[in-house]
Amino acid sequence: MPRRDPSTPEGAVESLRLMWTIRRFEEAVEELFDRGQLHGTMHLSIGQEAVAEGVAAALETGDMITSTHRGHGHTLAHGADPATMLAELLARETGYCRGRGGSMHIADVAGGNLGANGIVAGSMTIAAGAALAERMKGGDRVTVCFFGDGAANEGSFHEAINLAAIWDLAVVFVCENNQYGMSMASDKGTAGGSVAKRADAYGIPGSQVDGNDVVSVFETTLEMVRRAREGEGPSLIEALTYRYRGHSKSDRNLYRTQTEIDDWRNLRDPLDRFEGSLLESGGVETGTIDKIRGEVRESIRDAVTEAFAAPPTTVADLEGAAYA
Amino acid sequence: MPETTTYAKALNTALAGLLAGDERVFLMGEDVGVYGGAFGVSDGLLDRFGEDRVRDTPISEDAIVGAGVGAALTGMLPIVEIQFSDFVVNAMDPLINQAAKLHFMYGGRANVPLVIRAPGGGGTGAAAQHSQSLEAWFAHIPGLKVVLPATVQDAHDLLIAAVRDPNPVVFLEHKLLYKTEGHFEATDDVENPVAKIGESRVIRHGSDLTIAAYSIMTIRALQAAEQLADDGIDVEVIDLRTVRPLDIGPVRESVMKTGRLVVAHEAPIPVGVGAEVVAGVVESNALDYLLAPVRRVGAMDVPMPYAKDLEQAVIPQTGDIVDAVKEVIKS
Ligand SMILES: Cc1ncc(C[n+]2csc(CCOP(=O)(O)OP(=O)(O)O)c2C)c(N)n1
Ligand SMILES: [Mg+2]
Repeated sequence: MPRRDPSTPEGAVESLRLMWTIRRFEEAVEELFDRGQLHGTMHLSIGQEAVAEGVAAALETGDMITSTHRGHGHTLAHGADPATMLAELLARETGYCRGRGGSMHIADVAGGNLGANGIVAGSMTIAAGAALAERMKGGDRVTVCFFGDGAANEGSFHEAINLAAIWDLAVVFVCENNQYGMSMASDKGTAGGSVAKRADAYGIPGSQVDGNDVVSVFETTLEMVRRAREGEGPSLIEALTYRYRGHSKSDRNLYRTQTEIDDWRNLRDPLDRFEGSLLESGGVETGTIDKIRGEVRESIRDAVTEAFAAPPTTVADLEGAAYA
Repeated sequence: MPETTTYAKALNTALAGLLAGDERVFLMGEDVGVYGGAFGVSDGLLDRFGEDRVRDTPISEDAIVGAGVGAALTGMLPIVEIQFSDFVVNAMDPLINQAAKLHFMYGGRANVPLVIRAPGGGGTGAAAQHSQSLEAWFAHIPGLKVVLPATVQDAHDLLIAAVRDPNPVVFLEHKLLYKTEGHFEATDDVENPVAKIGESRVIRHGSDLTIAAYSIMTIRALQAAEQLADDGIDVEVIDLRTVRPLDIGPVRESVMKTGRLVVAHEAPIPVGVGAEVVAGVVESNALDYLLAPVRRVGAMDVPMPYAKDLEQAVIPQTGDIVDAVKEVIKS
């Protein structure tokens, strides 16, 4: 059974709440950064919420994910606690990685999040390994490997998918195609026309979905997760979406036009679309949507307060910390 | 006329001069074109030299370095940029098994005049996979040269020397140095480099103790020397500039004068360049001049943490050099 089914009214409410949680979380992070309260850099997935939620909703408790540098959404949708994530970003001892990892490295291995990753495509072979271990242990947990369109041009992409395919491993490779890998347009940097098509070469199912439609992402993922769980092997999903913000904080956006950004935001926003379709189908009322938005706003505000109140990291126990 | 500029702009000027002066030179890497490079080093070069010679690549480090090797082997002078030196790890085969080996393995009948530019070092809050100082890895490999400029002028001059060198050169820039300003004179002559790879240099004269350093630690050593001067300690600072080949001569000579040595690098100490410098000193008769045990200053032996206070604690700072010098002076 999937965790939530956004195609049903009850599930839709939960999925909408999660998508708003991702958006408000990232807006809060952005604000903290702009106010100089966060160190380092960050990669925001604002505009891509339907991919994270559509995929994570189709998983069961116990399933695993590997994530990317742009991983807040995946992590939240997979069940992470916003306050503990914020504690990590604010370098608190209570953060997911005790302030040692930061935005790009949030992990909760015991909870099935094998980690965001600072290395493009760095998690792809790890996902295959986790699925191999699951097989050897006789379990039926599925691993979802999130990666970007840019990652599809790393050697690891090919090695990971080939390995998963020859060994029928239970991995669903989810390419979040947000049209760019930093400044490189996906269609300019990727030969063959699409990432999904590359699945053919490995003899596994490959599908392209509208990544700004949470229900289609969910439905496609659900089927791919089912087959993985039943031993039918890996698959590749390419979810087409768009990143509104710059690649990171140093991006001057010279490689795309403001019109392009505005078009995606105004005409194809995943939250607008989901709410619109829910209202249209009558599954959810305006009042419910307003309530969700209000509750999420408050819960993120509380999470920020909680994180600020947490104890800071300490230098004292760093010595020797590289080894178990 | 001498002027000042930033380390990043000095690199940019060297790249422009090289691209203008030799049509075999081209620049290739992730986001080097319209983005101008992740740290702005190639800003404006796409407009001047076009997509062919300022070539954006997909995110494929293995292919970037490997294609650089192939192009260098067949007559071009490629300068490839790896966005963070940490990702050179994704290209270790073309670098270590190919670039470094071919000249020798092919009986000296082929060259690989490839330059790999990559920013390294910590202090930006980018955590463990974006902050490393990996020079000792590269320096361990026969066939590679490893250059780490500390000053604005050296960023320019050594890059030109690296491109003119017939061997593969790993050119490591420090992220925190990009915005530093310094004295700068550009040369129009990119055929005849003014700097030589494999030459260390005394950049501050002193009589009580020698600090050997490179990259950002040279800058921190100079700051430490100023502070120590207030305490009446007169420090000589040697900027190693390249760690392979390592020019140990000036360090030996300096130690024969001062009798005391501190070696400083941002990388962790174990199996690092510091050990090589110390060995180079004690393997010579400079050993007889040592008045006190030597000290190495380096990062705490852990991956780079994200939190600012932890990061500052892990990275060796000016104060750590000051402390090390005082200890050596006392002993
Ligand atoms: C091996 C490696 N190469 C380059 C980078 C620098 N970098 C970080 S994210 C990124 C773009 C990734 O694009 P994509 O996979 O499409 O993910 P997106 O950022 O669009 O989510 C680049 C070039 C890196 N972190 N790791
Ligand atoms: Mg992308």
